[in-house]
Amino acid sequence: MNGLGLLSAGIGAGIAVIGAGLGISRIAAASVESIARQPEASGEIRGNMILTAALIEGVALFACAICFMIQSKG
Amino acid sequence: MAHDKSQIDILEHLANSNTFLGMDLHHLWITKHVWMMWIASLLLIVVLTTAARQRGPVPRGLRNLLEPLLLFIRDQVLLPNMGEAGMPYLPFLWTLFLFILLCNMLGLVPGGATATANVSVTATLAGISFLVTHYAGLRQNGRRYFAALVPPVPFWLWPLMLVVELIGMVAKPFALAIRLWANMNAGHIVLLVIVGFIFMFKNWGVVGISVFGSVAISLLELFVALVQAYVFTFLTAVFMGLALHPEH
Repeated sequence: MNGLGLLSAGIGAGIAVIGAGLGISRIAAASVESIARQPEASGEIRGNMILTAALIEGVALFACAICFMIQSKG
Repeated sequence: MAHDKSQIDILEHLANSNTFLGMDLHHLWITKHVWMMWIASLLLIVVLTTAARQRGPVPRGLRNLLEPLLLFIRDQVLLPNMGEAGMPYLPFLWTLFLFILLCNMLGLVPGGATATANVSVTATLAGISFLVTHYAGLRQNGRRYFAALVPPVPFWLWPLMLVVELIGMVAKPFALAIRLWANMNAGHIVLLVIVGFIFMFKNWGVVGISVFGSVAISLLELFVALVQAYVFTFLTAVFMGLALHPEH
């Protein structure tokens, strides 16, 4: 059973990384595009980009924290 | 933590424990995270009172370092989210930001520990932000604050909306606490894993890569420490703005 617990923690961490990667890449793509369109607003766009990226990272880390708990239990 | 001396506790840097800098804290109940918070508070008191004593229109030295940071919180975080009505809560946001920032940063000092990597610490911080948010809302709006809790919906939706809004009210500080805690923990675990590669592979080639990787991740951690302090303060300001100016 221990093996299965470790496996589930690993798979969960991987899925969380896929989700966070997709989310942050969409933010990055959109903000690079908008900076290219409107370079004078780059400071404001960068601030919002970092904030939303941190929010998505937070959600991914919820998942990783749960995986870590499974790992230490299993 | 009870373990024999021959083994190295790999989570030593992360876990709260009863020994700190060679001191035995078993009968004191003051753990190393409490020590780190005291150190952070003391540093803040000394640095900020020294910087605030300086007068005159041109900032120099410490005041020059701190003023842009504090003005950034006022102009970019507080005013866009809370407006002029939020100005009485500016010292609260400043305290929150600087304390979390310093706690995060002290975790990167060798021998130190990250107090914000302890879920009890972040939960307490989120609880304080929850209390201040609703105090601000009640003080600004009086009894109307409770009425504005539920947006205007058809009456048969009202009980459902009340439950949803109450869950949202609890979920906000919960998310704040878990976000800060998980971010601070995750970076240290990544560092642990990268350094652990050396002991896994027992190969000199890996040492160079591991050392370079851990330096890079430490630099990233420095950035994360700043961003997470900013995010915590920013979200507190957003929630307080929602409490001060509820939708009618």
